[in-house]
Amino acid sequence: MKPYEIKKGIYWVGVVDWNIRTFHGHTYTTKRGTTYNAYLIIDDKITLVDTVYGPFADEMLEKIACIVSPEKIDYIIANHVETDHSGALPALMRRCPGAKVFGTEKCRDGLYKNYYGKWEFKTVKTGQTLPLGKRNLTFIEAPMIHWPDSMFTYCPEEKLLLPNDAFGQHYATSERFDDEVDNSILMEEAAKYYANILWPLGSVIAKKIEEVKKLNIPIDMIAPSHGIIWRKDPPKIINAYMQWAGNTTKDKIVVVYETMWGATEKMARRMAEGIIDAGARVKLFDVNLSDRTEIISEMLDAKGFLFGSSTHDNDMLPGIAGFLEFLKGLKAKNRIASAFGSYGWGGGATKEIEQVLSGSGIVIAQPSLSVKYMPDENEMKQCYEFATVFAQVVKKGGSDGAR
Amino acid sequence: MAKYRCEVCNYVYDPALGDPDSNVPAGTPFEKLPDDWVCPVCGADKSQFVKEG
Repeated sequence: MKPYEIKKGIYWVGVVDWNIRTFHGHTYTTKRGTTYNAYLIIDDKITLVDTVYGPFADEMLEKIACIVSPEKIDYIIANHVETDHSGALPALMRRCPGAKVFGTEKCRDGLYKNYYGKWEFKTVKTGQTLPLGKRNLTFIEAPMIHWPDSMFTYCPEEKLLLPNDAFGQHYATSERFDDEVDNSILMEEAAKYYANILWPLGSVIAKKIEEVKKLNIPIDMIAPSHGIIWRKDPPKIINAYMQWAGNTTKDKIVVVYETMWGATEKMARRMAEGIIDAGARVKLFDVNLSDRTEIISEMLDAKGFLFGSSTHDNDMLPGIAGFLEFLKGLKAKNRIASAFGSYGWGGGATKEIEQVLSGSGIVIAQPSLSVKYMPDENEMKQCYEFATVFAQVVKKGGSDGAR
Repeated sequence: MAKYRCEVCNYVYDPALGDPDSNVPAGTPFEKLPDDWVCPVCGADKSQFVKEG
């Protein structure tokens, strides 16, 4: 696979990781693989923006060598310290040891703590410009989008924004641009990325987008560090981010449960019926049979969540407990929830679910519903009504819009 | 003097300690921090902080 010229004299020299199936350890399932995007700018100063994950360093170097000998690289822009973008730096620096590396102060410290390389590093701040010859690069610090060291690089002459992980997607393709792929899959993967990685940082993201908009810089291409490049419709992904960051939700409820002998599942299924009959959308997941990354993605545009668990050792079951612990870290705002579950004697699952929720920022909209052993006809009716009431609250607070 | 927690990364600003790395001396209340002061850990601005306790 040759380098791909994304603009005259600017080449994608990244790699496609077709087979990666879990990312960030095992916190994110990447069923469609991913790409690590690095960009080579041919100018008086030959410049590489970001690198790739370490195991793919040779593949990146081969691509660069199709255009120019890696030894000739003058500048390397490190937008982000994380190893999927900086991992090839040590191999690259062995080829061009005199190259200068540019990044934020926190990136400098982070790169050192990862690789202990003795490289010439130039610290940059928002607004600083690096002349390359015919082109310039301007830097915009973007702390917590998505690590403290993160920054965006902008090339005014090319109207090109290189925002690293922002606006990215884990989506391995032979195509490079938004107009070349199925847009429903593209937006699904972009939403999945936002939900699982960027959700807790919504307020920071909204502010940064407003800040960039105020700069009034023309952008006709957004080239992130994962997945597809936005050239046909860059505002599409910017607007989607604004909606997600603004917590725009639909009249939608996600039901997530774990069951021992089927009683809690029976409750969950009847609740889903109540939600549908109340006129709201619903998605239902047995937490152990489903993919957490996909459940979280479904939650991004949902106003309400219902969490169910059988009681086991006076507590909720471990699958739902792990799920809620992950969800807590996403600091979801403007969402409501409630708990339900079956028990045999002392109970405890719903209380434990509520306890986790109370520390998560998600508002508990109504008291939990517990049923001893198998729900009878009357208790099934209670499940239906529990869900109907919850759906009405969602419909009052949620509004259709996102996605 | 109240402590303030960064909602983005959970760093706690303790006025008794200040933020010497950003030239904020010990004893500076959160309210007196300059407007352009940012969280020393993650870079979030003052608006991302909430009062503790």
